[in-house]
Amino acid sequence: MSQNALKIGRGDKKSTFMEKVMEILPEGGNLNLCLTCGACSSGCPASGIEGMDPRKFLRMAALGLDEEVTKSGWVWCCTQCRRCVHACPMNIDIPRLVYYARQSWPREERPKGIRGSCDMALKTEGNSAMGANSEDFKFVVEDVLEEVRETQPKFKDLQVSINRKGAKYFLNQNSREPVTEPDEMVPLWKILHTVGADWTYSTQGWAAENYCMFLSDDEAWEKIVRNKVEAVEKLGCKVWLNTE
Amino acid sequence: MRKFNITPSFEVKSIIQLYAKWIREGRLPVSSDWNKDLKVKFTVQDPCQLVRKSFGDPVADDLRFVIKACVGEENFVDMYPNKSNNFCCGGGGGFLQATGFQEQRRQYGKVKLNQILETGAQYCITPCHNCHSQIHDLSEYYEGGFHAVHLWTIICLSMGVLGENEREYLGDDLREIGL
Repeated sequence: MSQNALKIGRGDKKSTFMEKVMEILPEGGNLNLCLTCGACSSGCPASGIEGMDPRKFLRMAALGLDEEVTKSGWVWCCTQCRRCVHACPMNIDIPRLVYYARQSWPREERPKGIRGSCDMALKTEGNSAMGANSEDFKFVVEDVLEEVRETQPKFKDLQVSINRKGAKYFLNQNSREPVTEPDEMVPLWKILHTVGADWTYSTQGWAAENYCMFLSDDEAWEKIVRNKVEAVEKLGCKVWLNTE
Repeated sequence: MRKFNITPSFEVKSIIQLYAKWIREGRLPVSSDWNKDLKVKFTVQDPCQLVRKSFGDPVADDLRFVIKACVGEENFVDMYPNKSNNFCCGGGGGFLQATGFQEQRRQYGKVKLNQILETGAQYCITPCHNCHSQIHDLSEYYEGGFHAVHLWTIICLSMGVLGENEREYLGDDLREIGL
């Protein structure tokens, strides 16, 4: 008739996944302040996917259900968009909990596409997640520029600099453009040309994307960021300008 | 950079902030005249990284200022909720790259799809690459019938300088405008 009583609490002193994360985050990410109101889940597009939602994820972590929480495929469905934090009256950092849950996966078991994008970025001087090397980037830019100058009289003087020291703006560019749709760079150049902006691309750290962050690979993430910072500082640019 | 204790010698900005500044200063001669009679409707996706995670509502306001200047105030239809309260499209966080999660990504995107459909807009401006890929895919997959376009396309269109090869994401209604 009766089932065994559910044991609440833990016999041993081993710290749970959530406690470990709390030690890393400033203010412990407020992870133990949850009022269970559900404002997070009601505004989360990932609610219900993989049978999970942000509140459930946090409550399960608080109960020490480490395995169920960290191994859930849901951690790859949360986009870490931070809307739950924005809606939360207690400012609880659930996305950071997701970040560390991702990190608890052995690197080789994390989704191949994200891992591949991070690895490509690590391998290329420009940190291109699509693996575009900087010579190709430079070639595509110059090739497209030449065509615009020849075919569009209004823009026969269109300029694009690469590695120009002292330019005000260091402009990054998502790899997708040079690799798959180079003509999409042209409207951007035209805008910069029209206002007479003082800008440059760089062969080092030009790619805008950073998937190592989403892979939860701290070391790789840092490497990418440092390479990009160094690139901007080498050229002495005042502004690191994102195209998005 | 803060995470890694890096103190850079430069500022980090989004070009969206500069577009707004340049239009205010009169340096970017955009005009919505082309859309006076056409009345093509536009909405916009607020990229999480740009708005909620970086510059907040001020940049979301800049974004709307730029778009209204380009397409006409009466032709901009905001989605709801919006700005810092907007929903993620489902293209971020590596979701587009996460092998084996395509179905979940599209399920996630349904929220965004419905938000866009409710505006009745023919175009959703997506000033972020992941948003662009995801929203483009959502429209195709669910046959939403709207277009996902980059902001720079609309800025150049409204200045009359958008070239023939730069119209990949425009529908037939705008394919010939200003050529």
